[in-house]
Amino acid sequence: MSKKPAEPNVTSLTDLMAVAYQIEIDAVERYRLLADQMEMHNNTELTDIFRDLARAEGLHAEEIRRLAGDVDLAKASQLAASKRGESPEEADMGAVHYMMTPWHALQLALGCEERALAYFTAILEKAKDSKVKAMAAELVEEEAEHVSLVHRLLLRYPQPDNTWADDPDPPVPQD
Amino acid sequence: MSIANVAPALKPADYKSDTTPIWCPGCGDYHVLLSFTRAFARLGLPPEEIVVVSGIGCSSRIPAYTNCYGFHGVHGRSLALAAGLKVARPDLTVVVASGDGDGYSIGGNHFLHACRRNVDMTYVVMDNHIYGMTKGQPSPTTEPEFDTALSPGGTGLRPFHPLVIALASGANFVARCFSGELNQTTDVLVEAIQHPGFSFVEILSPCVTFRPDERAWKQLVHPAPVAATNDPGKAARRIMTDDGFNIGILYRGDRSPYQPPIGMATIDLSELEKEFER
Repeated sequence: MSKKPAEPNVTSLTDLMAVAYQIEIDAVERYRLLADQMEMHNNTELTDIFRDLARAEGLHAEEIRRLAGDVDLAKASQLAASKRGESPEEADMGAVHYMMTPWHALQLALGCEERALAYFTAILEKAKDSKVKAMAAELVEEEAEHVSLVHRLLLRYPQPDNTWADDPDPPVPQD
Repeated sequence: MSIANVAPALKPADYKSDTTPIWCPGCGDYHVLLSFTRAFARLGLPPEEIVVVSGIGCSSRIPAYTNCYGFHGVHGRSLALAAGLKVARPDLTVVVASGDGDGYSIGGNHFLHACRRNVDMTYVVMDNHIYGMTKGQPSPTTEPEFDTALSPGGTGLRPFHPLVIALASGANFVARCFSGELNQTTDVLVEAIQHPGFSFVEILSPCVTFRPDERAWKQLVHPAPVAATNDPGKAARRIMTDDGFNIGILYRGDRSPYQPPIGMATIDLSELEKEFER
């Protein structure tokens, strides 16, 4: 259940657009929350990275809204929420650490994008309706671009050595 | 998919306050907050018709982070406050947030009688098996061998079994969730709020600071292998023999909620205030 997103249950174009839109909106919400956590703990570098990721996901959501035309995605997404299982593109907040580095943040984002790519690829492979197929193909292309974008960003931030979590003043249980 | 009958959408963000949460990065309670706001949005409840009541502890900060009505009450007494509120204002949706220390230790007695009384409200306990806010003391659900500075070698005490105790005491809906399973938790909260009577939802919510081992819960949780029952004895036996990581709705009861007739006030507020001036 927690290991991978649920199998996509998408049978119509409205379903697909609603699910895709909700995935992006949820991702925005989650990245904003991560940015808030880092801001609260004075990690400005990660605050900026998570805010940038939230902004990028927001742009994707807007793009999906544009593609959806007249469909009321907010309403449709409410109905879709209960049938899509865990979102593939939601960052795992349990993996967050107060001393994490930009490399870790981008690894988190990479995981999200790769899961989203796999999710929409599965929809594309199963789709029977030609409109669903065409839109799924477009979404797969977008997600593949996001994966490669995160890979490019990772070139700027090498993996830290294994002392990254060493805290000279760690939280200790109260004596 | 038909969208004809869906009310104008309230978004989860519509239920968030401007106050930034100050939990530790990675804390499960962030997920629980998101599940709250998503459940409220899914139900389409106006924020002013929801009250989030809490006691003391990390989990009990939640009312401040929502823009619903809130009451951050006395340690362990959130259920008493909430029951009074719901009985006086049955039109409001009352959700109570607590933790394993606040809810099972300091508030343990209130927990029993709230289950027994069966007032129509939802009790959410964010269980991390530790007192987090006060820096890592063992709670009623801490494992007996968990070693801390205050309990060298572990407490040696049998952990409290909240779900079984809730069933034995008369809770009308019992579920267990994991904070990291956001949509599943949201689904359960939606149903818990809609279910008449006292709904008890235990959410396993890791304390990554004082119990970093709880990050492994994500790999340990799994869906309950059988559907919810309406037989409290059967549910209790299942829960007593599971591994503690079965998640989902485990029991749906059909007891009528406690709701006495709403009376008229027999004393004016100003008269009450005078009582305190003596």
